[in-house]
Amino acid sequence: MALVLSEEQTMLRDMAKDFFAEQVPVTNFRKLRDDEDENGYDQAVWQQIVELGFAGILIPEEQGGTGFGPMGLGIVMKEAGRTLAATPLYATAVLGAGLVLKAGSEAQKTDLLPKIADGSLLMALALEERTHHNPTSVETAATQNGDGYLLSGEKTFVLDGHIADTLIVVARTGGQAGDTQGLSMFLVDAKADGVSIQRTHMVDHRNAANVKLDNVQLGADALLGSNGGAYADLEAVLDLGRICISAEMLGGAEAVFDTTLDYLKERKQFGQIIGTFQALKHRAAEMFCEIEICQSVLLDALSALDERRNDIPQLASLAKARVNEATRLITNEGVQMHGGIGMTDAVDVGLYLKRARVQAQILGDTGFHRDRYAGLGGY
Amino acid sequence: MSNLDTFREETRAWLEANCPESMRTPISDREMPWGGRNPSYPNPDTKVWMDRMAEKGWTVPTWPVEYGGAGLSKDENKILQEELGRIKARPALTSFGIWMLGPALLEFASEEQKREHLPKIARGEIRWCQGYSEPGAGSDLAGLQTRAEDMGDHFLVNGQKVWTSYADKCDWIFCLVRTDTTVKHDGISFLLIDMDDPGVEARPIKLISGASPFCETFLTDVKVPKENLVYGLNKGWTVAKRLLEHERSMISGMGMGAGAAAMGGMEAVAKENFGADGDKIANGSVRDAIANHKMDQQAFGLTLKRAGAEAKAGQGMGDAASMFKYYGTEMNKRRFELLLDIMGSQALGWEGEGFQSRELAVTRSWLRSKGNSIEGGTSEVQLNVIAKRVLGLPDA
Repeated sequence: MALVLSEEQTMLRDMAKDFFAEQVPVTNFRKLRDDEDENGYDQAVWQQIVELGFAGILIPEEQGGTGFGPMGLGIVMKEAGRTLAATPLYATAVLGAGLVLKAGSEAQKTDLLPKIADGSLLMALALEERTHHNPTSVETAATQNGDGYLLSGEKTFVLDGHIADTLIVVARTGGQAGDTQGLSMFLVDAKADGVSIQRTHMVDHRNAANVKLDNVQLGADALLGSNGGAYADLEAVLDLGRICISAEMLGGAEAVFDTTLDYLKERKQFGQIIGTFQALKHRAAEMFCEIEICQSVLLDALSALDERRNDIPQLASLAKARVNEATRLITNEGVQMHGGIGMTDAVDVGLYLKRARVQAQILGDTGFHRDRYAGLGGY
Repeated sequence: MSNLDTFREETRAWLEANCPESMRTPISDREMPWGGRNPSYPNPDTKVWMDRMAEKGWTVPTWPVEYGGAGLSKDENKILQEELGRIKARPALTSFGIWMLGPALLEFASEEQKREHLPKIARGEIRWCQGYSEPGAGSDLAGLQTRAEDMGDHFLVNGQKVWTSYADKCDWIFCLVRTDTTVKHDGISFLLIDMDDPGVEARPIKLISGASPFCETFLTDVKVPKENLVYGLNKGWTVAKRLLEHERSMISGMGMGAGAAAMGGMEAVAKENFGADGDKIANGSVRDAIANHKMDQQAFGLTLKRAGAEAKAGQGMGDAASMFKYYGTEMNKRRFELLLDIMGSQALGWEGEGFQSRELAVTRSWLRSKGNSIEGGTSEVQLNVIAKRVLGLPDA
């Protein structure tokens, strides 16, 4: 179990940290927001990310990737979270690449993976249909149509849905809502007839989309993975996604904590540095403990992915639930400890608070993961 | 075959031949092998096992051979612990001498002091207790008042200690005493005192749990030889701080999971008391609370492991001992609160008929756990330490 980063991983972390701090600071994110950027991400930055090899981090070298594996990906996501970097990394390099690698045929891998690694293909996972994450509640239907399929349904909270070239749509080819059987995945061209994508502006100033699928005609080769048996592959990649979003969240929580700590050491009231007040000291110390504990969980969860251990589902739920709550605590305390200025748009802490609230919803809130963790534990 | 493989093979064979069968069964409080001048061995095998292990130096495996240890490397010790775990062997000797005083003596004591005291700890001949807190010096430990006056060839000690663990059953006490009243931290010395000496008296304190693991210890005109001063006059606080670290890491790992394990796991108790819906505990809020708690436990366990891995890699997690003491003890309290919630009225017995002994034990342990976040530095003190030393927040 690797609870300490290796030399190579430490180098990757330092490289990622420097890159995001210097090339993609929070001011970059503010500019995208203030300019009401049509894409919601900076294409020049994405190109740099591709050149650093981050887009293909999960992808083996023979398919154009860098093959650093999940631990490498988690390390990069955490550093991206630290500066609120808005990039296609999560939707494309984590979920998109993850699903193609896990469920794709050789032909699909050969076609898609090099394009993900070289940044020319953006993807988005169209899974959710309700207010809360629940992979088995899918009702979007794919019916047999000659050799291919006809796809109809409505998807919501599709991260990066408005910029994706290809959507991965989870649909039912059998069974009914609640069943794990009968789920299938399809590669759908975002520009195909019958696909309408409505960008939604979220509270964190990032983008998601509502996607309508109205009798979209798909060929047989659009099927990603097995017909009706996609659940296991999907869940495996959702666990990767849960752990990687936890990494991004923890990066954000650390940034807020560092900033707040600095503020406690400089702000004066009643003629004293406010960091001398025990009411604030103790809460800062508690936040420190939460961060350390989450970091241990995250490292073990990433190691479990690297080592293909059988406790990945437990660790994914542990990581997401713990980091959700730690990030909730730290972003709220961050605003509170900054006082009035924490409520202003001028300081960054509020941006992290808003981002954290959206991240907490991605691939399962705390309640979802406690329930899942209990189920996995046999109670 | 590597040296370590050979070591494992030899260790396994020796343990098979030398660990008595009855020493491979779960231990009760009554049979804890504390050793000392007046030991009690309800099971004679306890003494046999202790002596055999001490002979090998395995009661303190990593201590140097000349002080009663076996001089094992970390890797060898890990193998020994694994092999002991494999046969579910009881500890051969439990003592504050091993956990707390020994490591401090190894670091700070003179050669003569090490040769005098360490082997007796290793063989379980002397049982030690800790004389730190006083009625007026709890969280503010450095405010202690027990005086040691320099009388030329000896110190004359007067004062009162409190929360001295098992002092009524111990042979020697390691004490913090004041040797300079004009300064605070720099006026404290570390003294070793034989409790058979005239003027030492220990009186047990009855706790809310009904047990009396602690005493008040009175020191009245006790004559202590000069050679019992460790690490030099007025330098005791340095020794004390290090010792507190050992104590904190010991307490933070104390009794983890014990009560719930005795009840067959809190999930099982919850299913029995609230019913089950398939595998699921039928009561959603109880189920959620258990999951939340188990997540805490797993996350904390991983953090302890990470600290170990970082220590091995030569990195430090800062004042990790304070974090573990704070988090571990608070979590332990939450665990007992939850366990009582789940057990309902069966966890509310004090003694006698109508309750199983393991139920009564949970109730008493629940009460005992309240002290975990007080002893060895309160949670508030730990948070102060983290804020100051790790986070660099300024003093008022």
